[in-house]
Amino acid sequence: MPGKRTGGGGDAAPLALRLEGISKSFGLVRANRNIDLDVKPGSIHGIIGENGAGKSTLMNIIYGMHRADEGRIHVAGQPVDVRSSADAIACGIGMVHQHFMLVPTFSVLENVMLGTEGGMFLREGRQAARRRIMELSERFSLAVDPDAIVGDLNVGQRQRVEIIKALKGGANVLILDEPTGVLTPQEAEQLFDIIRVLRERGVSVLLITHKLAEIMAITDTVSIMRQGKMAGHRETAQTSPEELAELMVGRKVLLEVDRTPANPGNVRFSASGLGYTNPAGIVELADISFEVRSGEILGVAGVSGNGQTQLMEVLAGMRPLTAGTISILGTEIRADTATSPRRIRILGVGHIPEDRHHHGLVLNFEARENMILGFHDSALTGTGFLMDQSAMSSNCRERMAGFDVRPGNPRLNARSFSGGNQQKMVIAREFSANPGVLLVGQPTRGVDVGAIEFIHKRLLALRDAGCAILLVSVELDEIMSLADRIMVLCAGRNVGIIDAAAADRRTLGLMMAGQRQEGAVA
Amino acid sequence: MSTPPPLPRWADLVLLPFLNLCAAFLICGLIVYAIGENPFEAMGVMVRGAFIYQGGLGYTLYYTTSIIFTGLAVAVAFHAGMFNIGGEGQATFGGIGAALAAFGCAWAPGIIALPMAILGAVLAGALWGVIPGYLQAKRGSHIVITTIMFNFIAASVLVWLLAGPLIQPGQSSPQTAPLPDQTWLPGMSDMLARAGVETAHTPLNGSFFIALAALGLFWALIWRTRLGYEIRAVGQNADAAHYAGINGARVIIIAMAVAGAFAGLLATNEVLGSSHRVVNSFTAGYGFTGIAVALMGRNHPIGIFLAALLFGALFQGGAELDFEYRTISREMVLLIQGMIILFSGALAYMFNPPLARLIARMAAGREHSCE
Amino acid sequence: MSDFFFQLLLILDSTLRIATPLMLCAMAGIFSERSGIVDISLEGKMLSGAFVAATVAALTGSAWAGLFCAMGAGVFMSLIHGFACITHRGDHVVSGVAINILASGLTVVLGIALFRRGGQTPHLPKEDRFTPIEWIGVSVLDPVPVVGAVYRQLISGHNPLVYGALIAVPVCAFIIYHTRFGLRLRAVGEVPEAVDSAGVSVAWLRYRALIAGGLLCGIAGAYLSIAQGAHFVREMSAGKGYIALAAVIFGNWRPIPAFLACLLFGFLEAWTARLQGTTIWLLQDIPTPLVQAMPYVLTVLLLAGLIGRPRPPAAIGQPYGK
Repeated sequence: MPGKRTGGGGDAAPLALRLEGISKSFGLVRANRNIDLDVKPGSIHGIIGENGAGKSTLMNIIYGMHRADEGRIHVAGQPVDVRSSADAIACGIGMVHQHFMLVPTFSVLENVMLGTEGGMFLREGRQAARRRIMELSERFSLAVDPDAIVGDLNVGQRQRVEIIKALKGGANVLILDEPTGVLTPQEAEQLFDIIRVLRERGVSVLLITHKLAEIMAITDTVSIMRQGKMAGHRETAQTSPEELAELMVGRKVLLEVDRTPANPGNVRFSASGLGYTNPAGIVELADISFEVRSGEILGVAGVSGNGQTQLMEVLAGMRPLTAGTISILGTEIRADTATSPRRIRILGVGHIPEDRHHHGLVLNFEARENMILGFHDSALTGTGFLMDQSAMSSNCRERMAGFDVRPGNPRLNARSFSGGNQQKMVIAREFSANPGVLLVGQPTRGVDVGAIEFIHKRLLALRDAGCAILLVSVELDEIMSLADRIMVLCAGRNVGIIDAAAADRRTLGLMMAGQRQEGAVA
Repeated sequence: MSTPPPLPRWADLVLLPFLNLCAAFLICGLIVYAIGENPFEAMGVMVRGAFIYQGGLGYTLYYTTSIIFTGLAVAVAFHAGMFNIGGEGQATFGGIGAALAAFGCAWAPGIIALPMAILGAVLAGALWGVIPGYLQAKRGSHIVITTIMFNFIAASVLVWLLAGPLIQPGQSSPQTAPLPDQTWLPGMSDMLARAGVETAHTPLNGSFFIALAALGLFWALIWRTRLGYEIRAVGQNADAAHYAGINGARVIIIAMAVAGAFAGLLATNEVLGSSHRVVNSFTAGYGFTGIAVALMGRNHPIGIFLAALLFGALFQGGAELDFEYRTISREMVLLIQGMIILFSGALAYMFNPPLARLIARMAAGREHSCE
Repeated sequence: MSDFFFQLLLILDSTLRIATPLMLCAMAGIFSERSGIVDISLEGKMLSGAFVAATVAALTGSAWAGLFCAMGAGVFMSLIHGFACITHRGDHVVSGVAINILASGLTVVLGIALFRRGGQTPHLPKEDRFTPIEWIGVSVLDPVPVVGAVYRQLISGHNPLVYGALIAVPVCAFIIYHTRFGLRLRAVGEVPEAVDSAGVSVAWLRYRALIAGGLLCGIAGAYLSIAQGAHFVREMSAGKGYIALAAVIFGNWRPIPAFLACLLFGFLEAWTARLQGTTIWLLQDIPTPLVQAMPYVLTVLLLAGLIGRPRPPAAIGQPYGK
């Protein structure tokens, strides 16, 4: 019965989990609105939706980390009142969080014991916990060493520890929140094997993800969330990625932007053999080479967490380059060159950071103060010993008008603006320095539809004015509709660069999985 | 519990701090009542002692001066996102620096010697602030712990200097010889007498004007200079500051130097202005009072001035309590200070959710009645 | 040689007496900081404990009543700290500073109100205090060289609270490493989310850690005023709480190393006290005040990474809540 909810009455076995009319607000934000959900026993049920669609909030409600304002939860046919994670565990619900809840200084055994120590003294419970780990790891093929220190394990191993933790009390419902976000493709495959074993053994798995491919690959049924509401329920076998995508975004994706063909000029910005090794000694970027010409947009695609953030921050001077060279408007930067965000900016590079709250704005600063972030020692603040406040205000007012930032009040704290207006403030600031090269990260994340169109238009206009733009986005559609050429990153390496005209989702998807395609230039 | 709506600006800036202050005084009043005295009478005694009795105001402003300096020392660090508990030690070093400079300039006329002594106080205070700042910025040592330790180290250094190298020859009490006359800051009553106004003789002195200037300087530094912009950026969002090309380590080190310099200026009031020598423990806990003042004054010069005035009055009024009562002593002021730090600092937002709901309900009610 | 030995014995003896309140406070600090709550209020809790112990002992004539009420006072101060830091997510350092200042003020205000002696409490007669216990066999062992003297000076002849502190250290180590509470305590200071998602209340766990710390600080205070001393004097904790905090850091937030740090700091003080006016030992040219600053200097050097690297609990000082 695709698309139609089965009632609790008709089927023989009771539903593993049933939600009715769940709503939850945070302040003025309505994170979940009247959510219904049925999960059959021994099935893999996917929940898909964009970032911010309310998936994690819903899962935290099921697991007792948040309390719903309205609605009812039934587990195995019985109504339950989940007030804390302890209640959820008692109901047979286990959860593996997106960010692992492990104590890195503890052994696997201690981590698994936490919360179910089995008595006042650890001695008593330790043997039992060890036996339980062995038993679970055998039954669900979850190989771990109980005595290893968690801090020494790799991500895949840590996730197995989390699954064991979630199953230790005999959970019948296991929630996996974005489990593959931090995994390599191989690790993700192993995880899917584990999930299938869980299903065979009668555990219902709730898989939260924003990746269509995962839903199609492994789930039996799927629910689609959009803007805090349930947009639909489907049998996976009877739906298509296209239908799911449409339900996720609400309408046919209208990302077709009016654009003229690019008219690339000379090379303004290039990297050759670029590499970055973090202070812990882990290689995060290796051997990345590209060129960006005047008047073109080079898009950087890839699964989130494959080195995009590091690449942007290295190019912006926020992290040191550890191998190779970068050339910015004729100036060469090597691994041994002392560099800083300030120096890169002076060379003529603008930077719209991926995370505006973290990097792009100081939320407690006034708009006019944010409008000079990174330019506070430029002419924008006057030439006197003290900063020229009226110059700052008029500069800010002008830019707010130019980029339609509302309300156009330079004395308002950045915190008081909506996400779209905050982003426009960052863009206004970076654009108006008239950069020769612009680094753009996730320009439309958390931005409303109207602002998205506006931002896209301005990016293209800047390109046509001759700027060399490097665009990082996890929204493949955004990259495909804006970029002239597309570079795909996988595991911190450049899989290849292809012409946007020649790119389709399938090709890009394969490249994002690390497969080099014909016609791609490295 | 659902998140309360945000407070309007006036409530956040005026009402909430006032409520916190009231809560602190309420509890202190209850303690006075429990002791068996009338809290309102005790309050009256304090107010009379601080403002009305002859010389009361002079003493109040004298205490206010010292508190302004340490309050600024805490506030500068707060703006850079750091907690400077080291005002006490930085002020101690300020005293040592002032004394060394004053003795070193004994040969010079006042026009050189006095500025040198003040500079000595500033530089020595800055030194004692910049080391913890450096350790925080470059070595990752936590500023709170380091500055606590530096308070004790400074106290030990002072004890050592006053027990030996700097002790007044022929004396056994731990204090230096009087500083050369030309390094003394003029007393306020002397200055006023010269202008033809007769006032009671109090320790209030020219340092009061230095404190007012310091408040103005602080305001300009934090809100009008590029360095101040960098300090606030680092304090509010260190990652955004890094993105903007601001060198966070450098800013932290400079901010701590400035903080130490403000604390060091305390010596102008206590050493150059009033006792004219360095005595043991001359900092008298002002460094900690500075924390209360910065918290209460929301790290703003006007707020710091008002809070310092309040504490100055409390100190002077507390001394009056000693005279008037056998059961209440000036330590009552410490109690009030502690309560203020607790309510204005650690519990600063305790009243926020109920107040926000109340205001929201009132606003809703008003709209409703308008319809 | 025998003079040297005797001097050393005296120094070690007083090391133990000086280190006792440090050990108790350091264990308190470990409980609190391991749970993720910064505790610079050890000083204030100890001072409150000292005042209450002396007051209650003076009023009731019972040292034990004094001790129990001191523990209650320590817990009360801890609960204020918890109310601010845990319930209202206030800044731990600000709250700690407030408690220290409150304790300085309140002890004197109440002391004057109760006894009118300028903040002191009445002198306690011997029977209202904890007095040294002479162990059996002291006189029997006396003639034995070395062993006899060590037994008389170092092992026997301390008051019960000294032995209590010495027992408290292994007990704390056991609690932290071998009990359910200890496991959760260590976890909550590192990754509070892990404890929460395991269905354990983070707030209640932290409150319990603070209560344990309050009890220990209360005992430390009682030691100052009704065991080592015979009455309460204003500011009698004299920075010992901060030295204990330094010992916690020095011991890398672990009980046994922190205990050794307490002994080291105690030894430094005992040594300088002995040194004053005597000419028996090397380095006597170092001025006493500077030796007294050694614990602080050493801690600064440690924090600067010049001698080892301290590793504080990962979540320390961060409020937790939804």
